Amino acid sequence: MPDATGSHAIRTEHVMRVYQMGDSQVPAVNGVTITVDAGEFVALLGSSGSGKSTLLNLLAGLDRPTSGAIYAHEKNLAEMSSGELAHHRSHTIGMVFQAFNLLPRMTLEENVELPLRLAEVERAERPARVREAVERVRLTARLSHRPTELSGGEQQRASLARALVNRPTILLADEPTGNLDSHTGDAIMDLLTEINRTLGMTIVMVTHDRARAERYAGRIITMGDGKLISDGVRV
Amino acid sequence: MKLGDLTELAARNLREAMLRNSLTTLGIAVGVASLVAMLSLGVGLQELASSRLTHSGLFDAVIVMSKSTMRGFGGPMQNEAADATPPRRIDDPARKELSELPNVVEVYPEVRFPTEIVFEGKSFSTTAAGIPVSARDDGAYDGMNGKFFSAPDAPEAILQIEFAKQLSDNTGSLIGKELSLRYGERQALPPDNTAKPETKSGSKGAGASTDASADDDEGTGFSVVTREKKLKIVGVVETEPAAGFGGFGRGRLLIPLAIAQALKIAQPTDMREMLRGQNGKVSYDSLTVRVKNPAAVQSVEDAIKKMGFGTFSILDATKNLRLVFIVFDSLLGIFGSLALTVASLGIINTLVMAILERRREIGILKALGAADRDVRRLFFAEAGAMGLFGGIVGVFLGWAIGRALNFATNVYLKKQGLPPIDLSSVPLWLVGSAIGFSFFVSLIAGMYPASRAAKLDPVEALRYE
Repeated sequence: MPDATGSHAIRTEHVMRVYQMGDSQVPAVNGVTITVDAGEFVALLGSSGSGKSTLLNLLAGLDRPTSGAIYAHEKNLAEMSSGELAHHRSHTIGMVFQAFNLLPRMTLEENVELPLRLAEVERAERPARVREAVERVRLTARLSHRPTELSGGEQQRASLARALVNRPTILLADEPTGNLDSHTGDAIMDLLTEINRTLGMTIVMVTHDRARAERYAGRIITMGDGKLISDGVRV
Repeated sequence: MKLGDLTELAARNLREAMLRNSLTTLGIAVGVASLVAMLSLGVGLQELASSRLTHSGLFDAVIVMSKSTMRGFGGPMQNEAADATPPRRIDDPARKELSELPNVVEVYPEVRFPTEIVFEGKSFSTTAAGIPVSARDDGAYDGMNGKFFSAPDAPEAILQIEFAKQLSDNTGSLIGKELSLRYGERQALPPDNTAKPETKSGSKGAGASTDASADDDEGTGFSVVTREKKLKIVGVVETEPAAGFGGFGRGRLLIPLAIAQALKIAQPTDMREMLRGQNGKVSYDSLTVRVKNPAAVQSVEDAIKKMGFGTFSILDATKNLRLVFIVFDSLLGIFGSLALTVASLGIINTLVMAILERRREIGILKALGAADRDVRRLFFAEAGAMGLFGGIVGVFLGWAIGRALNFATNVYLKKQGLPPIDLSSVPLWLVGSAIGFSFFVSLIAGMYPASRAAKLDPVEALRYE
């Protein structure tokens, strides 16, 4: 479903991302065209090397397509300057990684505050925003702890709070349960589902776990060898 | 990212690698210290030279001579052909006139004469000179053995050390002793040239008269009568005091100017005045005009020239001296900067290492919305902070080195019986410039690492383990 402005949250048109490997060119993403409506929970499914993480990086504005177009709320990322892409990552996108990617020397509170610093949010406004995000992932008691003092699940929840703190419209998650045990992974997936439902946030999640994708995502896009293999709404 | 956040993150990053960053900062501090120590030495020497030369009376004095006298120094003066002003006599009315010029502190004549000194029954030939009381402030009298004249007209003498050595091997023992100054007193002959000159017991006249026109009240000639004046030795001075640079050759026995003038000592000018029919009128070879400060020398000199006198000052020499010190300081600065250049390589090395270590962190920052500019500024801030702290510590170290140099020099000077000096000086402008320069050099050194960090591909950086 298009968003309130009548546009899609994400739209790609024949996106290609080709890597130069010595003399040969390897297409990691090969002519992918998809649309993701606002509020959708999409799982990008595929085996290792299928190009799903590369596509996620392109959607995040961390990488640029070799050809084709990527629209986030109808703004073409391929035409954006480096600064505009940074602004896109800061204000439109929230990212969660498999390896959590928390800064080890900062406390949970400081890690969550970091995107607010980068987005130049007023200092006075920050504590409330941090608390709101941390409460959502239910980690209030761990605010002053450093990542090494948190469990894997807690670290991923902290990472999720950091992704939410700037109130993005799109949440991109790259194998968010990849480093977690089954029980903890399910808890994270429950949290993502809750965020999707309560905040209406668009979520695109990369995973190779079909069962989990089928259980939590509203739609599954399958990739293989950089190409779109299937795109289906789960009934 | 806002400046406050940038500063906080940079400070946090610097704290994280405390040892490495401290060592790099110390390297900068040593570089700045070497720069400050070198330049403080240059500045100190310059201040010392300026102070000594200013005290010497060389730089705040204008020597006034008759134009006719100056011709004798090397032909016609510049623009002399166009100068129709008649030569003026260097006499007391001229002295009074000059003393009324703006910025003039005092005007005193050059009184120098050959004399015979009798000390403990032995006779010594030398040259004596009258010096004004203001000469007390000359650097030459700093740390002298003994003291300066007790009063402007005190019958006292100061000996130059080389002459003092002729009187006694132990020059210090001369102080407080008495000597006799033998000199030729000028006595004007009455209009009746047959009259005998006045004589006093213990002296014998040596008449010098002329048959020239006798229309002067003071007579047509003068006689020179030998006199003796008892003087108490009050001091022995190491260097030969300039007392204005008009005293070419100066005196080796110095007496108060007021005494020298009161003695009516026959001067070479007396003969000249007599031949000009100005017998009995006192005139001088030259007058020394002391001005308020060296900056006023030029205007005073110009005013004196307009009055019809010839002048001479060392103003041009001052300019040349300043040039010499600028070159000297520049050379010291270049040598000092070499150490800072080496230290700046340390900054580059530290920050490049930091990029390797923090590669993943840079990727995370970019994924969270940091622009290339933010990453660049973060590394710049770290480089700048190291430069700033290094600069502050370096200035302190440089100052301490300067103090140590001063201490060591003064210990040596004290052993030699010489007065203490400030060999090194760290003025405020040097403090500010050194810290600013250190900060600037650090930013330059940070340019390459900062640019490299900013250009990091976030996808690659996030993959880095």
